[in-house]
Amino acid sequence: MSWNRKHLLDIESLSADEINTVLDTATAFKAVGERAIKKVPALRGKTVANLFVEPSTRTRISFELAALRLTADVIQFTAEASSLKKGETLKDTARNLEALNTDIFIVRHRAAGAPHFLSRVLNASVINAGDGAHEHPTQALLDAFTIREKKGCIAGLHVTILGDILYSRVARSNIWCLTKLGAHVTLAGPSTLVPRVFEQFGCRVTHNIEDAIEGADVVNLLRIQHERQRKALFPGTAEYANLFGLNRTRLERTKPDAIIMHPGPINRGVEIDSEVADSGRSVILEQVTNGLAVRMAVLFLVNGGQGPQEVAA
Amino acid sequence: MISKCLNALDPRTGSPEVVILDEPAIDRTLTRIAHEISERNADSEGVVLIGIQRGGVRLAERLSQLLSGLWHHPVAVGSLDINMHRDDLHTQLAPEVHETRIPFDITDKTVVLVDDVLFSGRTVRAALDAMNDFGRPSRVQVAVLVDRGHRELPIKADFVGKNVPTALNERVHVCLREENGSDRVSVVRA
Repeated sequence: MSWNRKHLLDIESLSADEINTVLDTATAFKAVGERAIKKVPALRGKTVANLFVEPSTRTRISFELAALRLTADVIQFTAEASSLKKGETLKDTARNLEALNTDIFIVRHRAAGAPHFLSRVLNASVINAGDGAHEHPTQALLDAFTIREKKGCIAGLHVTILGDILYSRVARSNIWCLTKLGAHVTLAGPSTLVPRVFEQFGCRVTHNIEDAIEGADVVNLLRIQHERQRKALFPGTAEYANLFGLNRTRLERTKPDAIIMHPGPINRGVEIDSEVADSGRSVILEQVTNGLAVRMAVLFLVNGGQGPQEVAA
Repeated sequence: MISKCLNALDPRTGSPEVVILDEPAIDRTLTRIAHEISERNADSEGVVLIGIQRGGVRLAERLSQLLSGLWHHPVAVGSLDINMHRDDLHTQLAPEVHETRIPFDITDKTVVLVDDVLFSGRTVRAALDAMNDFGRPSRVQVAVLVDRGHRELPIKADFVGKNVPTALNERVHVCLREENGSDRVSVVRA
């Protein structure tokens, strides 16, 4: 057990021990969600602010429900309906929320490093819920949790991440997380979206999907991030589906017990065929369930005080 | 609470460790507690055991075996982690949480909560809270291997293996063969 961090800003700075602490803690919180009474008082009296400056549905709802299941009070903040529109800075907005005695900020922002910046100007805890194309730590943790739950262990597994790597914070966090836990990571997709420079992360890079998924234990599909691309980086979605979409024929190249993951939202017929998305190999909805448990674990861990871990019974 | 098992000298402080229960004594103690539970509960079918993580779980399993032998029917046993229900979460680092597994309905049952050491009583209080989420037992009893005193809440054990008067700066270590290879309860001065 090792966790004495006040913030969760990225996966890059975490040790394998710390990652495993989150995953172990999440196991206990997953069981809470399976009970008749799905709530525990661990964050009773605490206030959590969902500071989402960039739109999000599933991550925001997942964090909101995680905080509610821990008995925290939750402030929902969305940029569209806020004074950010009136020219207030992010720092001032956050400090105003902190003046309402917010204990934990969950931050999503289109600028990489925004959560890091807030962690320096606030006294509260900060959790990164996605910053630009930089990192999305809880997504990587829930992906690792799902892989560990399905495969027993992550070290030695062959994991292929397929799609828009260049613009994907999910890919970056996943690469850090999986390589720290000892997996072999292959990245694949159009050469415009999967540059060779990613080999510096310790990954294999290929632009041939058949080669990428051959013998894979896990295939993690990423959505094309149209909102982050400034120009056309591939001809069209139909051609993308032809060259890189995961269909049943391609699925047969993976190991017979390989699992298919996707952080959502999925684009049926583009990166994944409906037949594959709805097959028994797909764990996409289990990722959603596990995301809640992982976010409860992260909130629980960053909320910890400064004293010793072990307390007399 | 359980922590690691020590040899004759505590490596951190160099102070002597005094063994208060050895393996045969722990076996005899648990046998006596099982008989006391059996004596107190005429309706044996209505009794279930829940061990508090970590130290109470193995003891609950052993008591379940002993009681099955006395009652000639299986006695259900579960495990309960109370760390999400602690009253001191804001003052300490986040504690390690373990599995809660109660694969039976506790409503209208007699639940015997099992722990290794009874100290402040705050763990039992948290366990009573945590158990609320699983059902409404008709009765709750508490069994502990060691009662070391220093209660901070109005809580008492129904079944006590050994009363051990301790000073606040002493620690009670419980080693069990399932986890540590051998059984031993000892007191170490911090």
